[in-house]
Order: sequence, then C-alpha cells, then structure tokens
Amino acid sequence: MTKGRVLLRGVMKSFGAVDVIKGVDLEIAPGELTVFVGPSGCGKSTLLRLVSGLELPTGGSIMIGDRDVTCVHPSERGIAMVFQSYALYPHMSVAENMGFGLKIAGLPKAVIKEKVAKAAEILQLTPLLDRKPRALSGGQRQRVAIGRCIVREPEVFLFDEPLSNLDAALRGQMRVEIARLHAKLGATMIYVTHDQVEAMTLATRIVVLNAGRIEQIGAPIELYRHPANLFVAGFIGSPRMNFMDGIVEAAEADAVHVRLNAATLRLPRHEGDVKPGAKVTVGIRPEHFRVGSAVDAGDDQAVEFDSVIDLVERLGGETLAHLRMPSLSDGVLVVKISGDIPLRIGTGLRVGVRLAQCHLFDADGRAVGASAARVAAVAA
Amino acid sequence: MSLMPTPRRDIAWIGRANALVRYGVLIGVGLIMLYPLFWMVAASFKPNHEIFGSVSLWPRDPTMDGVVKGWRTGTEYSFATYLLNSFAFIIPKVVLTVVSSVLVAYGFARFRMPGKQLWFALMVATILLPKSVLLIPQYLMFREFGWLDTYLPLYIPCAFATDGFFVFMVVQFLRGIPPDMEEAAVIDGCNSLQVLWHVVVPVIMPAIISVALFQFMWSLNDFLYPLIYLSSVGKYPVALALKMAIDVTEATAWNEVLAMSTIALLPSLIVFFLAQKYFVEGITSGSVKG
Ligand SMILES: Nc1ncnc2c1ncn2[C@@H]1O[C@H](COP(=O)(O)OP(=O)(O)OP(=O)(O)O)[C@@H](O)[C@H]1O
Ligand SMILES: [Mg+2]
Repeated sequence: MTKGRVLLRGVMKSFGAVDVIKGVDLEIAPGELTVFVGPSGCGKSTLLRLVSGLELPTGGSIMIGDRDVTCVHPSERGIAMVFQSYALYPHMSVAENMGFGLKIAGLPKAVIKEKVAKAAEILQLTPLLDRKPRALSGGQRQRVAIGRCIVREPEVFLFDEPLSNLDAALRGQMRVEIARLHAKLGATMIYVTHDQVEAMTLATRIVVLNAGRIEQIGAPIELYRHPANLFVAGFIGSPRMNFMDGIVEAAEADAVHVRLNAATLRLPRHEGDVKPGAKVTVGIRPEHFRVGSAVDAGDDQAVEFDSVIDLVERLGGETLAHLRMPSLSDGVLVVKISGDIPLRIGTGLRVGVRLAQCHLFDADGRAVGASAARVAAVAA
Repeated sequence: MSLMPTPRRDIAWIGRANALVRYGVLIGVGLIMLYPLFWMVAASFKPNHEIFGSVSLWPRDPTMDGVVKGWRTGTEYSFATYLLNSFAFIIPKVVLTVVSSVLVAYGFARFRMPGKQLWFALMVATILLPKSVLLIPQYLMFREFGWLDTYLPLYIPCAFATDGFFVFMVVQFLRGIPPDMEEAAVIDGCNSLQVLWHVVVPVIMPAIISVALFQFMWSLNDFLYPLIYLSSVGKYPVALALKMAIDVTEATAWNEVLAMSTIALLPSLIVFFLAQKYFVEGITSGSVKG
C-alpha cells in the first residue's frame, strides 16, 4: 500500500538565477504528519508548493502514491492545500467554498451537498454553512479552509503555516483540532510552521530545512535529544541551546576532555573521532542546567560553576536567568529554571551542568559522539 | 463631586463648533459646484424669455413647454430615437471593453510571458497618445472596411482592449489582491479561464463596475467620434442631437436644449447611483486574513 506516500528525489527549484531548493530527497510514509521547519526564507513554502504542483521543479522528481506527478496538474495530484491566508472565495458561502472543487469536477449537486455536510460535521461548521467568509472569525475561516480540503478526500494534505494568523489561544485550540483530525482521517499531512510547539507536538517526523537543503529528519524528540549538527541544535528547542567554544585537550575511548574558558569538561562520548587540539563547540540546553542544591549530590557526572546574574525573565511557570559564567564562556548563557524563583540581578548563582546532557560539535558543526548508526539512518 | 464636567463640556462644544465650520464650508463649496447643474434643471421649466431675463433659480411661470417641444426636437425624429441610438453603440461598447480589458489585465497581472515589462510599458504609452493623432488613419481604415455611417467604428475597437487606461486600472486592482485564492482554485481543479470566471471576476467586481461606468459615461458624452463616423441624422446619438438643436434654428430655444440636456443626464445619473454600492462595499473583505 503506497497510497498517501510522498517521495521526493533530488528535487531542485530555481527562480531565475536564485537556487531556492538545492536537491531534496525525502520519503514520507502514508499517514505520517511531517512538519517542515526552518528559518524564514529557507524554502519551506517553496518545497510545499512543489509538492502541490503550484510550482514545477527545475530538477528531480516527485511521486505521490504510485504515480510520478512531477508534471501533473495540481488538481490531479490527489492533494489539497490550506493556505496561510485561508484563501477562501469571498463571494461564496461556506458551503459553496467547500463544494467548489467538486462542482468544478462536475459532481451532481446532491453528492456535493452530502460530502460538504459530512465535512462540516467533522469540523463543527454545520451552523455556519450559509455564511460568507467575511462573517466568520479567524478560527472559523481556518476551519472552512480545512473543510475545503477534507471534502476533496485527498491522499495528502498540505498546510502552509495555517495557524500563524490566529491569536495564541486559538492557535493552541486549532493545533489540537488538527492533531485530532490527523488521527481521525489517518491521511498523510505535510505541515509548514515557524512555531516550535506546533512542530514538536504535531509531527510524526520533523524535517529541518536550511537554505534549501535538509539539515536533519527525525522524530521530534530525536531531533531534540540528538541534533545532528549545530544548526539543528540551535533551531530546535526554545530558548535556544547555549554554545561555548572550546578546544579538545584529550580524547579517550569513552570521553572527550574539552577546555572551555577556564574549565575543562570531561564529556562522555560513545564514539569520539576528534583529535586533541581540535576546535569544538559545546552545547548545553537552558533546561539542562541545575541550580544550587538541586544538583544531585550522588551524580558524579555533574559539575558546578559560579555565575553572576545578568538579567532575569520571569514567565511565571519558569524563570529564564541570563548568567555570566566566566569559567565556561565569555558570553551570556541562558538558564531555564522551573518555578518562579526570586533572583536578583548582580548576585551570584551556583549552577550545575550534567555532562551527559552536553552536546559536542566539531569545527564543521557536525555532532560528535551521536552514534554513527543513528546519523546514517537519519540522513538516508 | 466630580472634577471632570467643566473641561468635558468645553471639549464637546469645541467639537461641535468644529463640525459646524467643516460641514458649512463643505456644503457651501458643494453648492457652488452644483449651481450650474441646478440652474440647468430649473431652466428646463422656464419659458425661453425668462432664461436670460432673470437671475432667479426658481421659474416665475413654470412650464413644461421646453420639455415637450425639446422631446419632439426640430427634426423628423423624437429625442427617444437619439437616446436609443446612443444605447445602440454604448451597450456593446461597454460589454466589449469590460471583457477585453479584464482578459488582458488578467494576463498582465498573473502570467509570465517574454517581454512582459515592455508590452506593459507600450500599453501604458498608448494612454498618453493624443486621440487626435489616430483620427485620420482610423478614419481611412474604417472607410476601407466600409463601416462609415455605422456604429461599428465606435465599438469594435473596444473588443481589442484599446483603452489602455482601463487595462491599467484593472491590472493595478489585481496587483493588490493576493494570488492565494486563485491558487486555491487551481488546486480545486480550475483552468485559467475558470479561475478568471469563478474567482477573479467576482473579486474584482468593484473594478469592473468602475470600468463599465466610466466607459458608459464617457461614451454618452462623446461627441467627436460619432460626429466623424455618422452622417445620417437618424443614427445620431444624444450628444449630436443636442448640438443639432443649437444650430438648426436661428433663434435657439434654450429651454428646449436645456430640458434635453437634463434628460440626457438622467441615464448617467441612474447608472451611477445603481452602481454606487459596489464602490463602497469592499467585496474582498474576509477572504484572506482579516
Ligand atoms: N516566485 C518567486 N520568485 C523569486 N523568488 C522566490 C519566489 N518564491 C520564493 N522565492 C524566494 O525563495 C526563497 C524561499 O522562499 P519560501 O517562501 O519558500 O520561504 P519560506 O521558508 O516559506 O519562508 P517563510 O518562513 O518566511 O514563509 C526566498 O528567498 C524567496 O525570496
Ligand atoms: Mg512560507
């Protein structure tokens, strides 16, 4: 069964002299919800539009299901798309908006009506069917846009930042609805977003894009735990990972000694192919610091350092402390502490680091010590 | 006891005085601009001698004489013939203009084609071309076609989007509309013409109405082209008929002329007020992010 599978092989896209997508290989299994993330302008929308057929690739091939659809008209690819701007037809009622594709396909009125009614029920749009889009709220409009897709019963749903025009509360609610919809329909979905939370919570797999190339593909937790390179490490996770420059002092079979500003960390590695003297970057997520006595006394893998508080951001449920830790780095490190802890700017704070949770990257930005087998599986 | 009342009453008073001055000036200037129009309407109901003999706007001896005689006109045809003649070429002209301008503008606004910039610049340049430059070559051409003394030269050119201004207007309007809706329609299975018909046309309806309205009013007022191409009085449109009323009789019956001018104004006025709501109503609101 390959219905709903999407396969990209060496897909490239240039606009004139500008290469936007520089060779993307990707296989999306049927029923997966794949999320494209990446910085603005990296080509997420372009890649999605290539799948939809609104843009034609300048190289490579695209398959949906068993068919090569590289040059097939968008309406015949078995896809449906939700646009960031909703893109509803302003002069048509909700029912007409949802049934428009079927009407163009020449289906009888009764069939259209039935399918629209069914989709409207799934999305709780039934009382709104006669309204025009301008008489709907943002969330309702987005549901109509999704309804327009459901009605077409596509193999693949495409979403281009569908929630970015909604306010925070509604976004959370719609996110849950999309997750529910995915579970209910079991269809393949490709979802573009800027939002970390959307990506982490919705995705079966996340594809991290940067400048037209795939940086890493993997399950959300995998990307979080084992970023394959500096880019992914910095991109996944919020606030972003702290990076510290260091030099390898010694490499043992199961650990690497890295000299930071004034301290040397012994980082446990399964495999370390770094030579003494090599420049490396150590990454620590803000949430992986431990403050004060919270450091496990029995944990011999933890090291403590002194710091001075530079700035405090209190979010209620958690506190972000910007710290100066001269022994680790010249810059400011961000530490996330759960709970609302009273911290005073300018005072000292003792902070612990669990060495097993430190990430290590070589001079080219590739992760050191992530198991080689995993890296290979991820890149394929 | 509150501290607020005194200043608040002051502010309200200043606001009201402000509005009074503003509306006073607006209404005053508006009346000055409309005065000739009122005068014309009023003069339609005056006897001829009173038109130049009195400054009063209100007729001293109101009479329907001007209207009745004017309608009959000094020719063998009644004014109704001339009105119908006008519509006989204006309606096809408006329809052809709308269809061709929208098609061409859609092409310019949404499709990639070689040398698009150049073609667009050329089209805009034709707007700047004085009409009189084309008069003689066009006349010779239509004479060769054997179209003289027919309405064809008046509206057939419009089938080819020759009014660059209208094309330009629609292109500008389209540029302000995000193409997402059209892309959604493509995914829904429309070809380009279906996208145009089902999505673009309804969305740019305000622009289309403006084009139709401008073309209607300008054509109704057009004097030169009918004068050049039409020779039989039985085919004259309103603009020529009015002119005829002035020179056929030695002593012009001004009340008749003005009465007919007033009637000639009515179609434009009616059409304008019927279409007005489309100018006001933002038909695209609510389609894309709100
Ligand atoms: N039609 C086009 N012509 C020329 N360049 C384009 C076109 N469409 C996109 N680009 C360029 O391609 C690059 C990628 O654009 P794309 O819209 O895919 O980015 P994105 O990742 O979706 O960004 P965002 O997160 O801001 O939506 C950008 O640099 C953009 O300027
Ligand atoms: Mg985008």
